[in-house]
Amino acid sequence: MSDKTKKRIDFNKHFKIANIFSTCAIIFCLSIFFLKGLNLGIDFKGGTLIEIRSESGDINIKDLRSSISNLDIGDVSVKNFGSKQDFIIKLELSNKKNSENVNLIKNKISSYFNDQVSFRRVENVGPKVSNELINSGILAIALSLSAMLIYIWIRFEWQFSLAAILALLHDVIFTLGIFSLFSYEINLSIVAAILTIVGYSMNDTVVIFDRIRENLRKYNHFNIIEISNISINETLSRTIITSLTTLLALFSIYFVGGEILRGFSFAMIVGVIIGTFSSIFVATPFLKFTNVTQKTVNKEEK
Amino acid sequence: MLYFSKLKIILIYFFILTISLIAVGNFLDKDFNFVDKKINLGLDLQGGSYLLLEVDSEPLIEQKLQNKLLSIKKYFKDNNLKYSNIELKDEKIFLTIEDKYQKEFLDYFLDKKNNLNIYFARYNSYEIDHEIKNNSLILFYSKYGIINIETQTLDQSLEIVRKRIDEIGTKEPTILKRGKNRILVELPGLKNPERIKSLLGKTANLTFRFVGTDVSNEFGYEELPSESGDEQLKISRRVIISGENLVDAQPMIDNLNNETVVSFKLDRLGSQRFGQATKKNVGKRLAIVLDGKVISAPFVRESILGGSGQISGDFTFQTATDLALLLRSGALPAPINIAEERTVGPDLGEDSIKAGAISLMLGFFLVITFMLSKYKILGLISNLSLFVNLVLLLGILTLFEATLTLPGIAGIILTVGMAVDANVLIFERIKEELGNEENQIYAYDAGYKKAQSAVLDANITTLISAIILFMMGSGPVKGFAITLGVGILTTLFCTYFFARHLTSIYVMKFKKSKY
Repeated sequence: MSDKTKKRIDFNKHFKIANIFSTCAIIFCLSIFFLKGLNLGIDFKGGTLIEIRSESGDINIKDLRSSISNLDIGDVSVKNFGSKQDFIIKLELSNKKNSENVNLIKNKISSYFNDQVSFRRVENVGPKVSNELINSGILAIALSLSAMLIYIWIRFEWQFSLAAILALLHDVIFTLGIFSLFSYEINLSIVAAILTIVGYSMNDTVVIFDRIRENLRKYNHFNIIEISNISINETLSRTIITSLTTLLALFSIYFVGGEILRGFSFAMIVGVIIGTFSSIFVATPFLKFTNVTQKTVNKEEK
Repeated sequence: MLYFSKLKIILIYFFILTISLIAVGNFLDKDFNFVDKKINLGLDLQGGSYLLLEVDSEPLIEQKLQNKLLSIKKYFKDNNLKYSNIELKDEKIFLTIEDKYQKEFLDYFLDKKNNLNIYFARYNSYEIDHEIKNNSLILFYSKYGIINIETQTLDQSLEIVRKRIDEIGTKEPTILKRGKNRILVELPGLKNPERIKSLLGKTANLTFRFVGTDVSNEFGYEELPSESGDEQLKISRRVIISGENLVDAQPMIDNLNNETVVSFKLDRLGSQRFGQATKKNVGKRLAIVLDGKVISAPFVRESILGGSGQISGDFTFQTATDLALLLRSGALPAPINIAEERTVGPDLGEDSIKAGAISLMLGFFLVITFMLSKYKILGLISNLSLFVNLVLLLGILTLFEATLTLPGIAGIILTVGMAVDANVLIFERIKEELGNEENQIYAYDAGYKKAQSAVLDANITTLISAIILFMMGSGPVKGFAITLGVGILTTLFCTYFFARHLTSIYVMKFKKSKY
């Protein structure tokens, strides 16, 4: 045992500062939500999105804007999408049927640029569907959090379960906070990313908890703070390596996986980093507040 | 943990081989396939249109209630029941009726075999519920009455939508009911969905009715705009023939004046009615009304007895073709709105496949390089296991003919990153055990044993996320959930059977002598 203790990092010393950081971050994220809100994409707000590519590459945003400026179609935003020759045109929901607007815009742009543009993608979400998507998105996140709560409760004890859920909420709020801060768009794939983050962060936490349980049974004379420290250290290289390989995969999606997956992979990268952090610095120290002792895991045995 | 019986080894490699062959089938010609199955590409990868249509049965309920009102009136008249103040308001029929008549009426109305009010034995409910306030009787559709109308409307609409899409002739369309009032349409490979959208958006309610006040009728008149919008015509509400009477419609060039027209053929009943009406009304204008707009209103020059005719209007050949198609496929029972549309062009789909493949290769390369440098021999085992994992993942997706979407590819890449976790957990544990244990074989064995609960827990949490995503997600996101979920299962298989077997070979060969 003695040679192992040498390399050990004393995480206890860092818990306080980490928890202050987390608390501040969460308060900051929540206040951004309320002040700034989330930038909801058409999946959740309704509206129309048209992605076009200029085949010749010499169309600029100004021309594109002016080509559709005299159409009576409400609020239109035109943005570059990834490369210089790709553009996204977005329409708010309007009284007129949006699917008719799509045709209007397509015809106008085609004739304005002499068919030098191709329409790569059209998405059109009506108000009813966008409401349903919001609801099912929120439901899915709530459902996955409760499923995790129950799973950890069954596999461990409620004390562990509570700590794990706290860490998950921390991760979800933090990730959404980053999206709010930078006004990145929240769409269906971001919800998928958040659910995956929930799974990933839980995965990280559960490995540490598993070791804590094992060590609680092994060492009778250590309290939960010391046990946590031992367990985090023992699993640390695994925690880092797995985060690293996952991030390697995510960075390859982020950089070469194309524009459509960029938001998704960005959310996942933020989530994996914060999820790894929270397993060590949020979930584990919280165990001492839920009074986890040797008794907690030993009664499980009977 | 490191012992494998011969039978087990054979089974493991047989399984891997079989699934691999299925996976390879995706890249071979049909003739060489092991099984005739392939992974489907999602609309976001092969290009195409996804449409979610919503049937609006609201106006239909009002219309059905009108008909009901007429039949009830007829019943009162036939049976000499006295009533007063019958009116239709807020989707309810109100009428004032004396008690004794009311009783007689309700006795019939609530008889399970009456002709006015259908009884659904399955739900123990009538089509129409009633309420008595003071001495007025209120009739309205029951919950099941409305469900019945909605189901019928949806079924009929689905049929018409299918006919219209088949007529246009796209390849392998998917047309499905979704919920109580929606139809999901997937049109792979379709470049321009505008034509289909405009065809599906039309109710195609066609009627032939006379223009003007001089034709006597008890139904009254309505003002309708012409198709071009520059003329208002007073049109009789009395319908001579409607779209239902049509048996065929085709676009044609009229040789007389070189005009594009739609020629139509009527069924027997239609021919008779059309013949009589045109015979009686020579010299009058007969309006052809489509969805509340007058296409044209030609003068009747002579009686038309053959049961066929032509609709002229301001047609191009395209619009005439579309109108003929709509008339052939029939009218929708209720208006349809497009609630959601997602169209991806084939170019974008191809670009997405390319980008997905490149990032998969990059991610795979980065991860195997890292694992090799970190764990050497065990890293090599883990990498082999990762490769087999990907092949199995592909094979199982093929076996179930799953749909691969762009987020699905992201799920595969993520699997690459996360799959090594199980091996990392085990290898790290082995390292620890090697520190405590002199007997190396025992240390390897203990590593596998002690890491098991962590590996299972860690993978089940991700699996739970994947399952919830699969249940709640739609389209492309579902594809992500599938690859992520199947990826976890193949990961567990590869770690515990394939990689563990390789590890056991390695340990038995090279580690025995060391202790």
